[in-house]
Amino acid sequence: MRTLILKTASDYLLPILLLFSIFILLRGHYLPGGGFVGGLMASIAFVLHAFANGLKDTKKLLKFHPGFLMPAGLLLSFLSGLLPVILQDAAFMTGLWLENPIPVIGSIGTALFFDVGVYIVVLGVTLTIIFTISESA
Amino acid sequence: MLLAILIGFFAAFSQLLFGKFMKGKLSILLGFVPLALFIFFAQYIPVIAAGEIVTAKHSWVPSFGVDLDLKLDGLALLFSLMITGIGTLVFVYTSAYLRNHPMLDRFYGYLFIFMASMLGLVLSDNFLAMFIFWELTSISSFFLIGFNNTNPDSRKSALTALSITGIGGLLFLAGGLLLGEVTGTYQISQMLSQNELLINHSLYILIVALIFGAAFTKSAQFPFHFWLPGAMKAPTPVSTYLHSATMVKAGIYLLFRLSPVLGNSDFWNNTLLIVGGITMLYAAFHTLFRTDLKGILAYSTIAALGILTFLIGLGTKESFIAAAVFILVHALYKATLFLMTGAIDLYTGTRDVTKLSGLHKVMLPIAIAGGLAAISNAGIPPSVGFLGKDLIYESTLHFRHNAVLLTTLAILTNILIGYAGYVAGIKPFIGRTPTGLENVTFPHPAIWIPPIILGVLGFIFGLFPSLIEASLIKPIVSTTGVSTSDIHLKLWHGFNTVLGLSAITIFSGIALYFIWKPNSSKHYFIQRFDILSPKFIIETLSNWFQSFSDLWTRIFQNGYLRNYITVIVVFLISLVAFTLLNNTTYQIDYSSFSKLTIYEVVSLCIMILAIGFAVFTKSRLAAVAATGVMGYSICLFFVFYSAPDLAMTQFAIDTLTVILFVLVLYKLPRYLNLSDYKTRIKDGIIAIAFGGLISILALEVLAQPQNNEISAYYAENAYVLAHGKNVVNVILVDFRGIDTMVEISVLAIAAIGVFGLLKLRLKSEERKQQ
Repeated sequence: MRTLILKTASDYLLPILLLFSIFILLRGHYLPGGGFVGGLMASIAFVLHAFANGLKDTKKLLKFHPGFLMPAGLLLSFLSGLLPVILQDAAFMTGLWLENPIPVIGSIGTALFFDVGVYIVVLGVTLTIIFTISESA
Repeated sequence: MLLAILIGFFAAFSQLLFGKFMKGKLSILLGFVPLALFIFFAQYIPVIAAGEIVTAKHSWVPSFGVDLDLKLDGLALLFSLMITGIGTLVFVYTSAYLRNHPMLDRFYGYLFIFMASMLGLVLSDNFLAMFIFWELTSISSFFLIGFNNTNPDSRKSALTALSITGIGGLLFLAGGLLLGEVTGTYQISQMLSQNELLINHSLYILIVALIFGAAFTKSAQFPFHFWLPGAMKAPTPVSTYLHSATMVKAGIYLLFRLSPVLGNSDFWNNTLLIVGGITMLYAAFHTLFRTDLKGILAYSTIAALGILTFLIGLGTKESFIAAAVFILVHALYKATLFLMTGAIDLYTGTRDVTKLSGLHKVMLPIAIAGGLAAISNAGIPPSVGFLGKDLIYESTLHFRHNAVLLTTLAILTNILIGYAGYVAGIKPFIGRTPTGLENVTFPHPAIWIPPIILGVLGFIFGLFPSLIEASLIKPIVSTTGVSTSDIHLKLWHGFNTVLGLSAITIFSGIALYFIWKPNSSKHYFIQRFDILSPKFIIETLSNWFQSFSDLWTRIFQNGYLRNYITVIVVFLISLVAFTLLNNTTYQIDYSSFSKLTIYEVVSLCIMILAIGFAVFTKSRLAAVAATGVMGYSICLFFVFYSAPDLAMTQFAIDTLTVILFVLVLYKLPRYLNLSDYKTRIKDGIIAIAFGGLISILALEVLAQPQNNEISAYYAENAYVLAHGKNVVNVILVDFRGIDTMVEISVLAIAAIGVFGLLKLRLKSEERKQQ
């Protein structure tokens, strides 16, 4: 399935799709979107790239095995839940928020980091499964 | 006190980290851990002797009534001292016995776990906490029996022991739960006052039967005794520690502990008397036919455990005194005999009594220890064994009925046990030294000092019984709820019937020793009756069970995904349909339906077309694409009914699913094995039934009055509490954040599963090709 058009397009599509997936992730708190959908979109971006350029190129682009994203994301989510326990001695997963919103991103709270963690885990899981199956099938 | 239990677990864990440094000569230092614990418990002796009970309460899972209520009374103290005291000696002994063994650190780790769980078992006052420790002792015993894991016999024995004691553990749990239901508490000390209520309760027989099951399996009572001789495959320190001195007495401990709670009924007493009686005679008789030192000792241990069960079954004050003394007596001499056996095995390379003799020339200290133990075992004065045996006879002679019969049983058993002691403890050391054994190296101090200490203790306690009278025996007997003021342990009671019986026992034992010589033909003779033994019967039963489960697995777990799905769906249909037909009145509120729009009609048509295509196409790829179309159409419905989050996710998921299918199918051969006409009709019926059922269910749910409280709460508080306007997302990351956390963990596990299944298989295939 290597066509020149797709190959050229995918070079531009990958960053755009990734940006879009991050946009979806960040807007999730107010509008439709969120970590889960964002992660799925990001993985679709990579899968598209893999279709156009072959798995090897995509793996080279990633530099490390997507499986490592899973523990990283889990850790981030877990720590975001643990933060209130450490900082304020509150219950696990109590939401904490900064007073003033930051431009572009908006207000920052533990829930954001939690959602980023979900995003990373979903990306890691999907890519691991798809890469593994396409390599072995 | 909790720390005393936990130290063992910490020590076991530290073996994982620092075990490598402790493997060599330093390993003897590990003995300081049990020694420190021994001193810790020893300082409670005066407190307990004064009649006090030390308790400590730690909350664990309070909502289920599981608390670490620790209670140190006389019985717990005796066991704690035995566990840590004999433990110290065994730890020291092991450092020499398994010197330079490559897995010594692992061995010590298991021993630590065992010690800690055994301490936990005897100290817990809460039934459920006790259950956990009870199981932990079984598990550590499993690892220790199978320690020589390259030997298939070892592994098999370990498995047998684990299955027997494991079944016992389940019975323990069941009995404990019932006991908790009836008495309303899991705390044993609170059950003490409810003895009458329990005896008259309709569940009494069941509870007692379950508790008996637990105790009899753990303490190797007939017909569950056979795991114990098998357990002798373990290294000798393990046999000493677990399978003679401490763990096998856990069942006895349980019976002793529950005597005041469940005892005082004919069922309780008679069952214990019968089972204990059969066990002690059966096992003692078996010692006659063994030639392996450890085999002889294993059977005499079973016999001793039988005596203990028997004594608890008598249920009189005298019998409790006798049992308390005998627990200590047996631990002392049997541990000595086992340590001695280990030394002989280590230095001569054989445990066959027919080949061993004259060893006193080469290992005098071991011979002395063996002699001391054999004397105490036979109950010859002035050893503590004499005291123990006297007390046994006294309790049988003064029993309400059948005193003569019971005493005869006890005498017979004691004669045979005495014989076993002579064969094991004296025979290897006397006589002419056979060639080949003259140049045996002199044992390491860590090998001969521990048995000597234990052997000598047996005599010190015998000569000065006041040492254990007030400090240990009285508090133990008081745990059964009888007054202890008139207990006086004495070595010399004057010339009376009991002394006469003792003399008969001792001399008959000696006579038997001279008449009956163990040899291998006798061993083979008894093997012919194996077909009648409980071991054979239970093994046959378990083989049947295994064939049955094989058959079951082959029918239901046949590896065809379509069959799995069929079974699951058909089961679900029958279950739901049954409930629907019986309990529901159909009331579908047509007025609440919204009107059909043109979009809905169009996407419905697309869906129907896609389904038809998926069913009738002959290409796999086309079928997959058609299901993708189905998915997208469903997404459209989500969009129509304003669920954009769901629609987005569904879109992404459907895309990925199709990609996955294509990836897999792309590589499959072109040829498509289509199912035949009949199968298709069958599948169609199942599918339509399932779909119809789900539709009815959905309509029914709609007709039910809805409870909007929760969704209203979420909608109201999403922005106030969680600073979010998208309620769906706020629920996911905040209100139900822990759910999401678990879900992503599950996702990660699934991915690891896929990766492991495919990659590892690939690697092994690659290896084959090379």
